[in-house]
Order: sequence, then C-alpha cells, then structure tokens
Amino acid sequence: MAYVARKIPFVGTPDTNPETKPYFEGAGAGKLMIRRCTSCKKVHHYPRQLCPFCFNDCAWEETSGKGTIYTLSVMERANPPYAIGYVTLAEGPSMLTNFVDCELGALKIGQDVKVTFVKTEGDGPSLPFFTPV
Amino acid sequence: MSLKGAAYIAGAWEHPTRKAPDKSIALLHAECAKGALEDAGLTKDDIDGYFCAGDAPGGLGPLSMVDYMNLKCRHVDSTDVGGSSYQVAVGHAMEAIATGRCNVALITLSGRPRSEGQATGTAPRPGNPTAPEMQFEYPYGPATANLYGMAAARHMYEYGTTSEQLAWIKVAASHHAQHNPHAMLRDVVTVEDVVNSPMVSTPLHRLDCCVISDGGGALILTKPEIAKSLKRPLVKVIGVGESPKHQMGGNIDLTYTAARWSGPPAWEMAGIKPSDIKYASIYDSFTITVLMQLEDLGFCEKGQGGKFVSDGNLISGVGKLPFNTDGGGLCSNHPANRGGITKIIEAVRQLRGEAHPAVQVPNCDLAIAHGTGGAIGTRHCGSTVILERE
Repeated sequence: MAYVARKIPFVGTPDTNPETKPYFEGAGAGKLMIRRCTSCKKVHHYPRQLCPFCFNDCAWEETSGKGTIYTLSVMERANPPYAIGYVTLAEGPSMLTNFVDCELGALKIGQDVKVTFVKTEGDGPSLPFFTPV
Repeated sequence: MSLKGAAYIAGAWEHPTRKAPDKSIALLHAECAKGALEDAGLTKDDIDGYFCAGDAPGGLGPLSMVDYMNLKCRHVDSTDVGGSSYQVAVGHAMEAIATGRCNVALITLSGRPRSEGQATGTAPRPGNPTAPEMQFEYPYGPATANLYGMAAARHMYEYGTTSEQLAWIKVAASHHAQHNPHAMLRDVVTVEDVVNSPMVSTPLHRLDCCVISDGGGALILTKPEIAKSLKRPLVKVIGVGESPKHQMGGNIDLTYTAARWSGPPAWEMAGIKPSDIKYASIYDSFTITVLMQLEDLGFCEKGQGGKFVSDGNLISGVGKLPFNTDGGGLCSNHPANRGGITKIIEAVRQLRGEAHPAVQVPNCDLAIAHGTGGAIGTRHCGSTVILERE
C-alpha cells in the first residue's frame, strides 16, 4: 500500500498556546525542536515549559531528527490510508507522528526513520513527520 | 477507614434500545434512572446524590440533568474519565455514602452516537486546541481504532500475541450475545470470521471492534441499612480502584493499561485475588483492550493474555473465566461510546442469578467489573469495581 498524501488538519494556531510556539517556528525552519530541563537535564515530549519530571524550567534544543519506530497502525479504512505511530527519538522520548513517502505495509517496529516536514492545511504550520532511512 | 462494604448496588438497569433517533439524550438518562429505581424498589424522591460524566447533556456537569429530572440532591459528582467514569462513580458514590453526604446515589449514562451517525473508531474528532496535547496529536489522525491498533501492534511485537488469539475474545462474546435478545450482533462467529473481516486499522479487524449503539444504563447505590430493607438480592461493593495512565513525558509504554494500577487497591480492599473471581466484566472497546486488562488485573502473567483467552477460556460454561455474558461492547451494546456502566450491570445480573440461564455462572458470588476510558494509545483511566453477593 503506497503512501498517498492526505490533507493534514491543524486545530487552533501556533499562537493558541504561547508555551509551544517555538516548536512550530522550528518546524517551519526544518528543525525538530525538543525541550530539555535546565535542572534534571531530561528531555520530554510534547513540549512544556515546566519539566514534567521535576517542574523546573526547560530550554529548547534541536534534535538530530533521527529515531526508530516504537509502534504503528495503518488506518486502512481511511481514504487515503495513513500510518500513525510513535517514533522513539535518538534523544530519548517517543512522539506521535505519521509515516510518509514509503510503502505503508512495509513499515516495521524497530525500523530507523528520519524527520521530514509537511505543511498542514490552509494557514496551518509545518509539522514533523517521519520517513524510513 | 476501609470503604469495603460501605455501599450496595440496589438497582441496575440497562436501556433495551440500541437505536433511539426519536429520543433526546436527557430522556434516555431519565428513562435509565426510572428503570434503576423500579429495579431497586425506590422512588425518585429517595435520591439525594447524583453522579454523571461527560455524556450527560448540558454545559455544567450534573446541573442540567438534576434540573431536568427535578432531583433534590445533597451531593453531585461529574468526574469524567470517558468510558471508565461509571466504575469511578461507584467508588465515589461509596465514599459519599460512607461519609454521610448522601444515602441513595444515582449514576446514569446515556447517548446516541448511532443515531447521530458518528464514525466513532475511524474519524478523528478535533478537540479544544488549548488541551495541551491537541496540536501534537490531532494532525496525525488519532482515531480510536488506530490508537488501540498501536497498542495491539506493540503487544504482538513484544509477546508474540496473534490476531487469532485476539479473535477468541470476539468469539466468546458472540457465544454469549446469541442469548441476548437486545444485542446488536447475535450471530456466533469463528476465529476465521474475525481474522477474515475487513481490516480497520492494523492489526485490528472490523470484528475486533465494539459496536456503535444508542442507549444507556443506570445504577442505584445505597447504604447497607437501606439495601437490606429492599426486596432485591444483596450486591455489596467490596473493592474499588481508579488510576489514570498517560504518556509520561514521552516515556511511552503501550504494553500495559491503567488496570495495573487500579486493580491492586481494589484487590486489597476486597481481600480476594483474581482466582477467586467467578465472573468478569472486562471493558471491550476492542479485543486488545480485554486481553491487556486481563493481564494487568492479574488473571494471567504479562504477555500470556493471548494464551489465556484462547480456546474458549472466556466462554461461560466452557472456560475458566466467563466474561461479558451479555455479549459486551463487542456484540451487544456500547452506549454513548462508553461501556463502563453496562459492565457493572451485567456483573450485578450474574451476582443476582438473573443473567440469561444459558450464560449464568453457577453459584456466582464474586465478580469484577473493570472499565477503561479514553485511549490506551495516548491517555486513559482504568477503574476497577469488585462486587460480592451477600
């Protein structure tokens, strides 16, 4: 089942939540941004200002954009079908995403993937998606 | 202070409808309330506590429904954790009764997603963009079926669970549903039927998914003195537990559910263990939901759920753990896309000896009713209720 691009919806705008606006600005510049705690040094996702492990302040940093597939599910009932999944980033945390530009039926848990960016509908921001290395 | 035995389920009623285009959601709630009151032998004026969740119509928690039903309440609670809200409500009602904040608690659930044409499992529903996760999830198309599909795929990867093993859960539900005249799907199916049904979201097939139905249910909880004054068999609440599970900052582990955390306090309060249970109501939004909850509640070792559910082990009269003898959400009813209350109602039927004779568990004195609300692929709540026939 070959990948067919679908319209990617967004809800609200990057201004809706000022806390996470830099994430979408980064995506627009081709960067997958992540939050690292300035105190405990742990990284997390989705991004928060206060570290979800110790409640101290976090700073933004750019990731390598590399990861592996933790799990996935191909929604065959949708038209076109699409593959949702979690990618475990090289930096540690796992993030929800879709897999693009690939044979959907050939995707495997444990497979190496890299980030790519896709524009959402209308005036929406670009978002990180993943494709096999 | 242990809450064990502080409340009894005196009334339990499931709406027989599965499609109600001509009824309002408020009316469905009220019809369920009326049914549960009649079942208990109580009247509307006896209610002094009301419990509902997000399916209750209106903007401010319980207020619209207590107004609509014209209830005079001393205590209300509208904790919403999706389909597990009603097990949570049983625990909260028991606390309220134990502390004297109410004597007769009404819990209702109703909805009509079928009449409204909801594609519950396959169409992502946008939420409020100020929910902190929304902009990081909704664009990727999280529909219910693929959120559970991701958990199933990982379980298969880690433990070798197969589609055929998952199918046995549907097979067992269908064996039970054939005896339920109200069930949406009454045909007995085979493992082959399930794995050959159309794929919805890998690895879950159409027959791995629950039905979409209108309807509802209601429960009446009350204190021991009142319960013992009524004419119904006594069903005592002896254990409750609730716990949410989420993405833990990105430390994703989809191989287990919140039942791992909601189960232990319930078992401890009840003072019993899984092998003591005669009948189990297990939330069945999807087959994988059942398999993982059975593991997490301790009915088998982690990763052994596939073997445990195979070969009819969940079929009443055949296997060791009769489950969802009304046909469950997989075959009978999943009103308002929330199956928690029907799990409790069938457990009450079993403990009273009022289940269909073909599926009634002999000498059924201990039952569990476990709920999962939300999605195990992102965030959900597990809630456990253990009941005893006195």
